[in-house]
Amino acid sequence: MHPIVKPRTELSGALKKHVIQAVAFYLFATLVIASAALTILARNPVHSVLWLILAFFNAAGLFLILGAEFIAMLLVIVYVGAVAVLFLFVVMMLDVDFAELRAGFAKYLPFGTLLAIVLLAEIILSVAAWNAGAIAPQARVAPIAADAPNIQALGSLLYTRYLYLFEGAGLVLLVAMIGAIVLTHRKRGDTRQQNVSRQNRRRPDDATRNVNQPIGQGVEL
Amino acid sequence: MIGLGHYLAVGAILFVMGVFGIFLNRKNVIIILMAIELILLAVNINLVAFSAFLGDMVGQVFAMFVLTVAAGEAAIGLAILVIYFRGRGTIAVDDINQMKG
Amino acid sequence: MTIQLIVFLPLIAAAIAGLGNRALGNAAAKLVTTGALFVSAALSWPIFIGYMTGTIEPYTAEVLQWIDSGDLDVSWSLRVDTLTAVMLVVVTTVSSLVHLYSWGYMEEDDSQPRFFAYLSLFTFAMLMLVTADNLVQMFFGWEGVGLASYLLIGFWYHKPSANAAAIKAFVVNRIGDFGFSLGIFGTFLVFGTVSISEILAAAPGMAGSTIGFLGYRVDTMTLLCLLLFVGAMGKSAQLGLHTWLPDAMEGPTPVSALIHAATMVTAGVFMVCRLSPMFETSETALAVVTLVGAATALFAATVGTVQNDIKRVIAYSTCSQLGYMFFAAGVGAYSAAMFHLFTHAFFKALLFLGAGSVIHAMHHEQDMRFYGGLRKSIPLTFWAMMAGTLSITGVGVIGVFGLAGFYSKDAIIESAFASGTTYGGVAFAVGVFAALLTSFYSWRLVFLTFFGTPRWVDSEHIQHALHGEHEDPAGEHGDSSHADLHPHQGTGGYHPHESPWTMLVPLAVLSLGALFAGIAFHTPFLEVEEGAAFWAGSLAFDTHLMHAIHEVPLWVKLSPAVVMIIGFAIAYAAYIRDTSLPGRFVSHARVLYAFLLNKWYFDEIYHFLFVRPSFWIGRFFWKRGDEGTIDRFGPDGAAALVVGGTRLTTRLQSGYVYTYALVMLIGIAAATTWAMAR
Repeated sequence: MHPIVKPRTELSGALKKHVIQAVAFYLFATLVIASAALTILARNPVHSVLWLILAFFNAAGLFLILGAEFIAMLLVIVYVGAVAVLFLFVVMMLDVDFAELRAGFAKYLPFGTLLAIVLLAEIILSVAAWNAGAIAPQARVAPIAADAPNIQALGSLLYTRYLYLFEGAGLVLLVAMIGAIVLTHRKRGDTRQQNVSRQNRRRPDDATRNVNQPIGQGVEL
Repeated sequence: MIGLGHYLAVGAILFVMGVFGIFLNRKNVIIILMAIELILLAVNINLVAFSAFLGDMVGQVFAMFVLTVAAGEAAIGLAILVIYFRGRGTIAVDDINQMKG
Repeated sequence: MTIQLIVFLPLIAAAIAGLGNRALGNAAAKLVTTGALFVSAALSWPIFIGYMTGTIEPYTAEVLQWIDSGDLDVSWSLRVDTLTAVMLVVVTTVSSLVHLYSWGYMEEDDSQPRFFAYLSLFTFAMLMLVTADNLVQMFFGWEGVGLASYLLIGFWYHKPSANAAAIKAFVVNRIGDFGFSLGIFGTFLVFGTVSISEILAAAPGMAGSTIGFLGYRVDTMTLLCLLLFVGAMGKSAQLGLHTWLPDAMEGPTPVSALIHAATMVTAGVFMVCRLSPMFETSETALAVVTLVGAATALFAATVGTVQNDIKRVIAYSTCSQLGYMFFAAGVGAYSAAMFHLFTHAFFKALLFLGAGSVIHAMHHEQDMRFYGGLRKSIPLTFWAMMAGTLSITGVGVIGVFGLAGFYSKDAIIESAFASGTTYGGVAFAVGVFAALLTSFYSWRLVFLTFFGTPRWVDSEHIQHALHGEHEDPAGEHGDSSHADLHPHQGTGGYHPHESPWTMLVPLAVLSLGALFAGIAFHTPFLEVEEGAAFWAGSLAFDTHLMHAIHEVPLWVKLSPAVVMIIGFAIAYAAYIRDTSLPGRFVSHARVLYAFLLNKWYFDEIYHFLFVRPSFWIGRFFWKRGDEGTIDRFGPDGAAALVVGGTRLTTRLQSGYVYTYALVMLIGIAAATTWAMAR
């Protein structure tokens, strides 16, 4: 099994190609795993977010090796640029006093480790048991065209076959946006708001009143 | 030779680490949300790796959708967190025990 | 038809009075029960006369089929023969007179219907006992009279001492009943039937055989007879199982007269006589019966000499006379035993009812130290008591005339001598000595109560009577707790009055019986030819022994009379001539006096040996067994388990979401592992 690589870069030999590929892979893989670990283990939540960003970058690198450059750029723009920044905003906004944050790992550490190892082993075992073989071109759901760039391939699928799903995804994002605003919106007590329709509805008759008051008596409003 | 298995192993490790992070952290809730992001990232790696090795585009399409949903979910999750913090003043995990029976 | 009426009328009357209770009212309850009893008595006498004149044959009237299971075939049948007839007459006559007497005695009581219902119920059970054709039916009657005794002793159930006495009576009886039931089981095992006629017919055939018991081989008939005799010991308060009888005096006096003088306690004697062919096959059993009877006669007589409560003296007298009856049966003179039962019913009931009349006159005072000089105030009661005392001490001239006890008691003593056996000789000596004591304490009772100067002024009950406080009969107490009491002389201004006619008529009738029953009936009961014809096989009648009774030396025949006079003389000297004599005697013989006053310390010994360990065992099983084990593993355990389990389960609801997620993950891991491992 070898990945389908776009013949952009002129590599001199298959070996060189493989070596670069391997080096890149191991570099990115190691960094992504390390960053993930540090995300969880870091004491300062701001540091956690930063390590998360690094993990995303390295994952994007992995995607690049795989030939899915559009996905990789999406990762950088959407995940890092939006989601991780959002995390950072919230961390800063909540003004968490991390001095008093409790670090109470130890209680469940052994058991959790065991559980994690078990899970990992199972996943790897199940993967290894699977006999990997390419799907015949006729059986593929959406065969990759050999010469089209990644973005073109994605676009040709997304706006044709998976249009409804695409619209659905858009709706999901809309709902998320509305939800986020609804949840967090609060009225501020010290600002006055305009109710435009009420302003427009106002008539002079409602605004003023003519009174014929006897001398010496005050007016009652 | 970097085969499919390598990518899948990376995905598996990331997944487990994300799960690990949900349960082991006692610090604050944001870590939980970040761990969820890690999990989703691991899933994405899996999907794209399969797509590349099987020559089937559908994996990457799906990965895009996963990305979308992850973003939406992160937004809502953080919104809830913000409101929670407004009400309680703390986001330490140990203090979230309203459902104690 | 007659016998069914005799037996079941009291039951119907008891049911009417018992179930009617307050709705029925006192008068109706009294009339129904007493009327039924008088009808039964009126129907019984002709049967008895019939057997006396030889015009009736023994017969069995079957009423109902009861058990028919394999070899066990039991039916409710009423057997009527001479022995039954004698008992019928005794039971119904005394019961009906006691019913009548209770009209006056229980007049101020609140629960009269209940009382009369219990009396009639008792009579029914006793009649079932004496008419039983098989051992199981007899046992039914046995238990029935035990129940009635419990109900009647504890009639004033608000008194704790009455309740305790009732329980004591029932429990001690139970021990006897256990022996009796073992005897019935053994009999069924050996003979294959519980029908009395069949057993008695087969009994001689089993003589000399052996049976395995508790790992040993013992003589069959001896074992069976001894077991049955244990039942008789319990019911008839023989030495060893006698402790309930004095305490039974907590019940009203009519109850004491009926149950603990004339009828229930004689059930043991009746049973031994009924099963006499069985007993005749076992020399050992007869020896045991004789010795136990003799020991009881002696024991009770000694204790009776120092009691201060009038009812207790008579109770111990009953116990002693029962001992006489048993040793008469033991030496083989069953007819003499039955005759003494017959006469004893009359004079003992008379003594008890007379004592009741005295108690009634003295406003429920029972302690004889507060009596004295009553013969002028209650002359009719006095003469009735005199008749009873003369009868029990056996006053009479040989060959001319004698009161009832003269014939019966002398017959017993003579038969003991005439039997010729060693244990018979022992019984004879004991019987003569006990007769002396009988005479002494009987006359002591009469002298203390009716003669001398009145000593009423210190009595609490008299003070209550004088100063208007009306104490209800339930507050009666008869304890000799104040042993060293020396009451002052003086009437205190109290005037005892004679009892109403409802109490005097029974006294009169019983006096007639006490005076004349001996001379009227001794011929068919005791004489050789007439006796054989009279009893006609209903009990073992040893003509040889009966003949030998008449052949005894003169000194033997005179000995009861001699000791009777000696006893009278001692009593006269101590209680009429020189009243300081008892006090001086007691001060010289303190240990003996205490020993006798405390009933040979039987109660204390039993308490130490049996009561305390029983309570200890009971408490052990209650606390450690019932509460500690069964409750702990059962209801309490289940409840505790639920509570504990719940407490553990609530820990799962920690409230931390990540814990829940962790658990979910564990579940997923487990499920995956299981799926992969398959």
